[in-house]
This record gives sequence, structure tokens and C-alpha cells, in this order.
Amino acid sequence: MDLENQKRVKDFAEQYGPENVVVLLGAAEGEASGLAAETVTNGDPTFAGPLTGVQLGLKVYHVCEPEIKQEFDAAVYEEQVSMMEMVLDVDDIVQEMTAIREQFCKY
Amino acid sequence: MKSVIKGTGYILAHTPDMVLHNGTTQTTERIVNPDSEYLKELPNHLRTYEQVLAYWPNQVYIGNKTPDELAEVAQPWCDKECDVNARYGQFGQIMPQEEFLLLMQACDVFDLVKLDKDFVAAHKEALAANEIMDEAIMARINEGVEAAEVAHLVSDEHAEGLYHNNVLVGCVKRAHDIDVNLSAHVMHENLVSKASSVLSMLHAVKNAGIEKSDVEYVIDCCEEACGDMNQRGGGNFAKAAAEIAGLSGATGSDARGFCAGPAHAIVEGAALVASGAYKTVMITAGGCTAKLGMNGKDHVKKGLPALEDMIGGFALVITQDDGVSPEFNLSILGRHTVGTGSAPQAVISSLVTDPLDRVGLKITDIDKYSPEMQNPDITKPAGAGDVPLANYKMIAALAVKRGELQRADLATFPVKHGLTGWAPTQGHIPSGVPYMGFARNDIMAGKLQRVMIIGKGSLFLGRMTNLFDGVSFVVQANTGAEKAEAGVSEDEVKGMIAKAMKEFAATLLAQAE
Repeated sequence: MDLENQKRVKDFAEQYGPENVVVLLGAAEGEASGLAAETVTNGDPTFAGPLTGVQLGLKVYHVCEPEIKQEFDAAVYEEQVSMMEMVLDVDDIVQEMTAIREQFCKY
Repeated sequence: MKSVIKGTGYILAHTPDMVLHNGTTQTTERIVNPDSEYLKELPNHLRTYEQVLAYWPNQVYIGNKTPDELAEVAQPWCDKECDVNARYGQFGQIMPQEEFLLLMQACDVFDLVKLDKDFVAAHKEALAANEIMDEAIMARINEGVEAAEVAHLVSDEHAEGLYHNNVLVGCVKRAHDIDVNLSAHVMHENLVSKASSVLSMLHAVKNAGIEKSDVEYVIDCCEEACGDMNQRGGGNFAKAAAEIAGLSGATGSDARGFCAGPAHAIVEGAALVASGAYKTVMITAGGCTAKLGMNGKDHVKKGLPALEDMIGGFALVITQDDGVSPEFNLSILGRHTVGTGSAPQAVISSLVTDPLDRVGLKITDIDKYSPEMQNPDITKPAGAGDVPLANYKMIAALAVKRGELQRADLATFPVKHGLTGWAPTQGHIPSGVPYMGFARNDIMAGKLQRVMIIGKGSLFLGRMTNLFDGVSFVVQANTGAEKAEAGVSEDEVKGMIAKAMKEFAATLLAQAE
């Protein structure tokens, strides 16, 4: 995850409390989603950014996960996400994200 | 008036030592984690010049192999040897590091590049033998300095070291004592961009079959900025590179738009020619040292070579209609506007279907799409997937949603209307443009009717806006000689003058009466 974005996530977690922050991802792949999710839960796995060794344990979801989809107005989702839903390997993404949440999410 | 693609130039420079010393992944790591295993391991993953010559995507970039041939080769490609390992190709060349360092010195007009005289003596002949180099550039190579002076400048004067096979062979001095915009680091980055741009321009001129003096205007579209503390991005890479390349009749300017820069610049260049403002415009961009080894951590972790060891460059010559070269259709321009939004669906619609709708074409009416042509051999191990393929899937999904494609044809769309990526991950370099050379060939051979080039840019990286950006344009087969302008012909003018004079005479007669 981009170093500046790591800093912003860290700042938001401090400002609002980690229990009040949900990170929403739009990555195109399971592996990339998993890396970003790991960064905001268990810390930066590349040891490069401000979240290195910082275990925020934030709630983190991909926009194509069913829990998030049901939060949307169906028409908006159709207009903005449905095309990508057709393209992405949603099962793979759900599997990666679930695994990371089960392992590292604190909230 | 129409504007056409007259020729293209594509070059790569193999710069393994710059991966270690100038790539930001590595320079960042040296600051935050100087004793890391990665930094120790990376040198063992660098490729030799012979290896990069025999690398399939590199041979496609310079035109010795086609994207179609590449698609037939099973991935990954880094463990396979291409059956062609030539350094020159129909579009350009793959330059070795030692020649590139000399070319950087030739491109320096402020006495900032100091090369060890033994290094110069050892490699000057090789550069002179390079088939694209001319006497004017060779005359700019100086004898070099003592190794001790180079060492002194690097250790005591903040100069940026130039290395070859991990030996210090030169340096780029800072151009100002306190101005960070003229620091040795920035000057190094800019001189690499300039040198790779110059090399691209030389090949483009040759391939287009024009005279250097024909070029009237140059637009540089790389992602660097040159200037000083009072005008950080003052410019002008275009004119600076044109000077070294010998384009004495040209002026120019820099256009920027992150990775979308080249597509913006090409639209501007095509429009300048179509408007009649200039007869011949060159679009050029050099490569980027910062992105060398950008995904190196993933490559090393997975036991792969450090595949991001190539500086890329390209140049395009756009001229007035010659009756045969593929032409720009400026009525089919796609734009991601301020109001488009960032949802992929909105982005693809704005770049692909909105412009096609304006002229009544369907998604499947475009024979080939060239969006971001990143080499998947580099991006897949880094978890970024196959970028061109992801774009094709999005375009296909949009076609399905619009009823222009059967859902069953989703899988075959990327094969039929897409390309396999081959460009180095140098930001603006892969962004649609690497296909222009092949597109020109295939359209002129009658294999394709029209292609769409799509450039996309991550503007938010500059922290001035959260917006994304993108533009697209269509290149099509030449539609033949242009008909007389819809304006007024010479005969008509004569007729109008005669009529006016008759009326004037009649008025005089009437007055006399």
C-alpha cells in the first residue's frame, strides 16, 4: 500500500478510534486486496511504510464482498460496480479478505 | 486537413546499476531499512545485457517480435530465451549501460556529468559504432576526468554516482548548492530522461524517413520536471532534447498528465498538424530512473530476476496527410472529465463508449484496443495482475452490458480485440503508446481498419486532486486523398470577382445615367 495512504489510515484510526474506521478496498485482485487488508490489520508486510509493525486490526472489506454490496442502493451499485463485478474473481477476493479478517481483525 | 503517423521510435536502455542506486524502492529501503535482506539479495537478481536482449518483451518493444507472437509464448517469459536477441530492431534499439552513460554525458550541456577517463576511453568506440549516433553527438563526448576527481565529487560534493558493474565510473554533479530542484539526484533523473528521449527521437526521424529539419514542434510527455526553486517545473525537456538530436528547426514544450501524458500529447500533436499550425510534430518521452526495480521486493522474494532494469523511451512523428500512413480520427476522442467520477464503469464508458457513440460505432467496431500495455511478467508476481487483460475484461463487460457482445464471448474478446502487454513498467511508457508502431504496420498492411489508444493517469499521486484521468483516440486506415476543402475554389473566386466587377460597373453606369 502507498506509503502516504498508510499514513492517512493511521491518522484516521488515531483521530476517530480504530473501532470506528472501516477500510473499503477496490483492488482488482485477491492477492492485492489481501496485501492491502493485511497492511491495515497486521501492519505493512513490506516493512516500508508508517504501518510497519503497527497492528491496527481495522475492519476491512472489498467493495465486491456481499456484506458491502447489501449496504448499497442497488441502482448505484449497478451503475458503478456491476461491470467490475463481472470482471473480477469475486470468490478469490472474498476468500483472501475473509482469511485476513479472521486472522488479524480486532473489531 | 488530416494528420498521420509517419513513423515511430522505441528504445530501451539496460541500466542494472541504476536499479540499485536510483530506483526509489531501493533508495527508500536504504533509508528505512539499510541492513535489509532485500538490499543484500537484490544484486544477485540483476540481469546481464545478453539476458535482457534475449527477453521476449524487450524484443517486442523494439519491433523484432510482434505482440501476436508474444501471446503465443507461455508465461512466465523470464525463464525463456527469445530466439531473436538482436540489439537493433525495426523501431529502435536496446542500448547497453556503458553506451547510455556516455550518451548522458553527451546530453549534458552544463558540465554536470563527469566520467572516469578510462571508462570513456574503453567505451567511446562502441557508442561511435552505434548505428544511430552521428558525429555531432560524438563530438560532445569529452575525454573524462581522473577517477579520484569522480570519487571526490561523490564523497564530498553531493554528486550522484554513476556505476557500471558496481564500479564507480562517473557522477552527475549538483547544479546548485542549496536548490533541491537542481540537486544531483534531480539532475541525474532528468539527464536520464533527456538521453533516452534523444535516442528515441533519432530512431523516430530515421524510421519516418524525414529530415531532422522537417520537425517544427516537439512535445515531451515524460513524467519528470525540470526547473529551479523559482519554477520547479519550468521546462523544457522537448527543446532541450531537440537541441541534442539536431532538430534545429524545432521548438517545443512539455505536456504532463502522469501516465496519460503521452495520449494527451499525441492528441495535441495530431490537432496541431490537422489545424495547419505545424506541418511536422514530434511527440517524445524518455524513461524514468525512479521506477527501476519498483516491484523488486516481490521479484526477489519469488526468486525471479529484477525485471525492471530497463529505461524506456519512445518518439512519434506526426505529419500532414501523405495519402498512405494511418490517420488520426479526431472526431473520436475520449475524455475522462472532471465530472466523470472514478468508478471503473464510468471511466471505461468515458474513454471507450462515449466517443464511439458520438460517431455511431460499437465497441466491436474497433479492431484492437491498446490501453495500459504493462508487461504481465513484471506485474503479476507483484500482485498487480495482468493490467492489459484487466482492461480488456472491463471493455468486454461494458460491451455485454450494452448488448454489443454475447456474454459467452467475454473470454475471447481480449484475444480478438486485445494485445498481450510487453512494455516496461515505466509509468507513461506503457500507456497505450507502445502499440503505435505495430498499429501503423498492421493498418498499412490492411490487417486492421482502426485501433483505439487509451492513456490513463493517476493524478491523485500529485496530491493536487483526488481525480483520475484518461484520454483516448482512434487511428484508422488512410481514407485517401483529401477532397478539395469545402471552402471556395479558384474558379469560384474568379467568378465571384467577375460578378462583383459587373455589379460595380452596373452601379457606375446607373450613376452616370
